[in-house]
Amino acid sequence: MTTTLDGSAPPRRTYDVGASDEIAERGRLVVTLGEGADAVTVGVFRFRGRLHAYENRCAHQGGPACQGRIVSRVRERLDDAQRSLGLAFEDDSMHIVCPWHGFEYDVTTGRHPGRPDYALRPVTVGEEGGRIRVSV
Amino acid sequence: MTIDDGVRRLPTQEITTHTDSREILANAARDTERYGLDEYFIVDVDSHHVELDSWPEILEYLDSPVLKDTAHQMMRNWPQASHLALHNHPPGLTMQDVSGRIPHQASLAEETPGAASGAERDVTLVRRAMDAMSIDLQVVFPQPMLETGLHPQPQVASALLQAYNRWFTSQILPREPRVRTMLGLPFEDPDACLATVEEFADHPGVIGFLVTSQRHAGVHRNAYMPLYRMLEERGLPIGFHAGPNQADSMTSTMNRFLSAHAMSFVTCNMTHMTNWVINGIPERFPGLKTIWIESGLAWVPFMMQRLDHEYYMRQSDAPLLTKPPSHYMREMYYTSQPMEWTDDALLEATLRAIDAPNSLMYSSDWPHWDFDVPGRIASLPFLDDHAKRNILGETARKVFGL
Repeated sequence: MTTTLDGSAPPRRTYDVGASDEIAERGRLVVTLGEGADAVTVGVFRFRGRLHAYENRCAHQGGPACQGRIVSRVRERLDDAQRSLGLAFEDDSMHIVCPWHGFEYDVTTGRHPGRPDYALRPVTVGEEGGRIRVSV
Repeated sequence: MTIDDGVRRLPTQEITTHTDSREILANAARDTERYGLDEYFIVDVDSHHVELDSWPEILEYLDSPVLKDTAHQMMRNWPQASHLALHNHPPGLTMQDVSGRIPHQASLAEETPGAASGAERDVTLVRRAMDAMSIDLQVVFPQPMLETGLHPQPQVASALLQAYNRWFTSQILPREPRVRTMLGLPFEDPDACLATVEEFADHPGVIGFLVTSQRHAGVHRNAYMPLYRMLEERGLPIGFHAGPNQADSMTSTMNRFLSAHAMSFVTCNMTHMTNWVINGIPERFPGLKTIWIESGLAWVPFMMQRLDHEYYMRQSDAPLLTKPPSHYMREMYYTSQPMEWTDDALLEATLRAIDAPNSLMYSSDWPHWDFDVPGRIASLPFLDDHAKRNILGETARKVFGL
């Protein structure tokens, strides 16, 4: 198990990847930036209005984590006596799920909810003048 | 304003059951480059094809006119049975894809242009997976068919296995020389096991036989000794392919698929391993190669310690043994998937305990939800290159005579 969240290598180039309205709330855009051996595939996601971007490479086995399901975190509800009331989605949450093996990541942190050192590599993303810019 | 040069939007923004296997597995190519996997001889000792896609074709290979009629009537009259007739597909298996989070487990529903039959489609899918993961040879098994070991009607199980084995050897193996298989044995019927080996052992591409999923027959029963003798004499390995069952006495208390899956695969093979070793089968058939498949590795050092501990106090319960149980276990073979790599120190100890450089064989288990890419072995930090080459293919070359 390895994580690619090492913060190394400063961004070398900023790319305009599209218009802001192309990524809706809880939506995504997955793009490959650059060519050849230097190409990096990045997923850009919007949650609570903000953009978050990560390399499309799962911390588990390197799967395409940014191309998986987008789903709310599942919680188990308990009553005051600690009895289970069953499962429920936490509506104000957004997970991205690696389709290879199901590793889930909180889109706001890029981290696995139960093992935070399993994390996606964050990528710098910003919005300006209605355009989305990603730096890798 | 337009997007910059050098920006390419992926045509598949979300991977689904309809995504091409080569696209699903595209990231495995990074491992090929990073670890030089093209320079390795890679044998995948446990993978699966989607035999239910070809189910009507397979059922045509049933011998019994009565059973074939039953199958035809089921397919014609039962709305959901067109690809399940006679099968004991357990409903719990549909939980495997974690509610759509792992689509390839549920279905490989991608396009296969030009595939005129289920067999052609299957071979196409197998080739795509092999190429994407830089695999040279792949040992291919069915999926739900492995549950036949738990079929409520053993005669039907035997007939289905015979039909499937005939279909696979006549329709799949001739189409792709990189595919090999170990064929399932109708284990409830020892005579039928012998007939299965007799019929298929010499077929090109058949490199061994499997005990699949069942956990209710004691593998030490005298009735099985002729089978073990036959396999030993032919130099063909026997594999124990574990399978899940949420209705086992232990797992029936479990309310989550995770729990049942984690326990059930392992206890299936723990049961057989215990009977196999304590009854001295390795002493009786020292030339019979034994392979433990799809049950991971973490259970093996536990069983080595547990059985040795008890054997030292109760030697008279295992009189055929001349060495501790762990000795025999170390001389068997294990497929790697699902390799429980959550703690480096524990995995390193496990690999040392089983003598992994000489006993472990890489397996992907593709397209199952917990599959492992070859990079998993190549990235192990505590094995040298020689050990990795053995695990990825050289040990399999030796065991199967590839």
